[in-house]
Amino acid sequence: MIGVGNAYRGDDAAGREVAKRVQSRVHGELDVVVCELEPSRLIDAWEGAETAVLVDAVSSGAEPSTVHRFDATNEPLPSREFRSSTHALGIGETIELARAIGRLPERVVVFGIEGEVFGSGTALSAHAEAGVERAVELVLEEAGCTSRR
Amino acid sequence: MSAPTRRTIKTDYLARVEGEGAMSVRLVDGRVDEVELRIFEPPRFFEALLRGRSFLEAPDITSRICGICPVAYQMSSINAMEDLCGVEVSEPIRILRRLLYCGEWIESHALHVYMLHAPDFLGYSGAVEMAREHPDAVQRGLALKKTGNELMIVIGGREIHPVNVKVGGFYRAPTRRELLELVEPLERAREAAVETVRWTAGFEFPERAVECELVALADGDAYAIEQGRVVSDRGLGISVHDYGDHFYEEHVARSNALHSRRADGSTYLCGPLARYALSADRLSPLSREVAAEVGLEVPCRDAFRSIVVRSVELVYACDEALRLIADYEEPDAPAAEVEPRAGVGHGVTEAPRGLLYHRYELDGDGTILDAKIVPPTAQNQLAIEEDLRQVVDRYNDLSDDDLRHVCEQAIRNYDPCISCATHFLDLEIERA
Repeated sequence: MIGVGNAYRGDDAAGREVAKRVQSRVHGELDVVVCELEPSRLIDAWEGAETAVLVDAVSSGAEPSTVHRFDATNEPLPSREFRSSTHALGIGETIELARAIGRLPERVVVFGIEGEVFGSGTALSAHAEAGVERAVELVLEEAGCTSRR
Repeated sequence: MSAPTRRTIKTDYLARVEGEGAMSVRLVDGRVDEVELRIFEPPRFFEALLRGRSFLEAPDITSRICGICPVAYQMSSINAMEDLCGVEVSEPIRILRRLLYCGEWIESHALHVYMLHAPDFLGYSGAVEMAREHPDAVQRGLALKKTGNELMIVIGGREIHPVNVKVGGFYRAPTRRELLELVEPLERAREAAVETVRWTAGFEFPERAVECELVALADGDAYAIEQGRVVSDRGLGISVHDYGDHFYEEHVARSNALHSRRADGSTYLCGPLARYALSADRLSPLSREVAAEVGLEVPCRDAFRSIVVRSVELVYACDEALRLIADYEEPDAPAAEVEPRAGVGHGVTEAPRGLLYHRYELDGDGTILDAKIVPPTAQNQLAIEEDLRQVVDRYNDLSDDDLRHVCEQAIRNYDPCISCATHFLDLEIERA
């Protein structure tokens, strides 16, 4: 499970927060990685895994706190939620890059938490916080760890 | 007389550059009338944000300006603070700083050469499309970048925005053993970098030359990275203290970035082409050999060939990192004691894309009273626009789409980091 985001840009940290909370619940049966969006780092992070579950913040215009689920195993992420970034490679492009060079896990699931505030700061908005809570349960379910509390 | 034929080429979002910018070119009767590189990332208030903060915070605050070259910001700010406070650091700290900076060069150059720039030469719209047909090359680029990341993690504490750097040195110095673990990956990366030079040198290049003055740092016998005097191919040779007498910045309405000029108003270029032109003889023997093997001349004034120069610098950064690791002895203390002084300090280093200048004014307890940061892309912006003008003149018989592509490529030749270059717009209020 990989939580992606910038810790200092408000709700952009939602994916990182999910990773931290999942980590405290799973006691080692799931490899949890927190990182900023950097292609070689992401591709390394899922190296050797059969399934990768990624969590990132998104801004698609949906109701803040919405948790989207996408299966990127066989097809690219939708561009509405994961707009291509002008800052080098985004999460969608990194997945496609890995697919092209044969370094994508067998199964890739991406959760996108709809954020509200992406300005400077370390606090999550109440909506993002609600999304994070729901995403934690969804990730645990996806990874088959639902019983953990 | 017939009406003039107008043609406008615009790109609303420049892809494969760091940050957000746009370009517009206007031709009248087939000749370039106007070229604009617009930078419209939200203005960033870093210089103002620094006022009132402790001088010890500058490295961490400024490193946040850029996710691609945070080490450059840390090192330029540290140089400025240590310059003012009269700090001499030990040899191991010097080695670690240069090593960390090599990590950043490897990360940044690998990203630009493979993911952002190479697709232009091979006719792909981006790295993903290129990866489908050149998977081995993309793997090589990712492996190189990973080695840069590893260097950054061991010395800086993590791969982006290192947290282990401070004025006076480091919070913790790595052990020799930790560094020795990097030797094997670096040797492999050096091989990959040599392959990178051969690969990029095989691309097709339009024969073109940048005319302006080339400005870089010179650092004795070393290929300048983390310190040096400011020199040029037209005889400039100054200490960083005199930077303000020889360069100035002006604001242009269309851009949130300031444009730098030489004191006489002329344009200059910094970055890989300038470094290579001024210091190629200080590269390691292997880097020089590979450059000679592929016929890369000194100086190289062709901005399109900057991809080959960056690749040679990749070889150098790997080679130099290996040399530095071999020379490293663990320091007695990870950092020198630093006492603040009132006054003005200056620092300059070679960020992957060119000179990064910092100037700070402190009061006696180390509070920052004023800060000035001149990033490489602001220094290069005029040169990029001048080059674009020539590119358009030469290729004006191309269709709009093809001309747009050549223009975008011409901009990417400079690896501009637009996120770094944005400044707050000066606001003038006129009252009747």
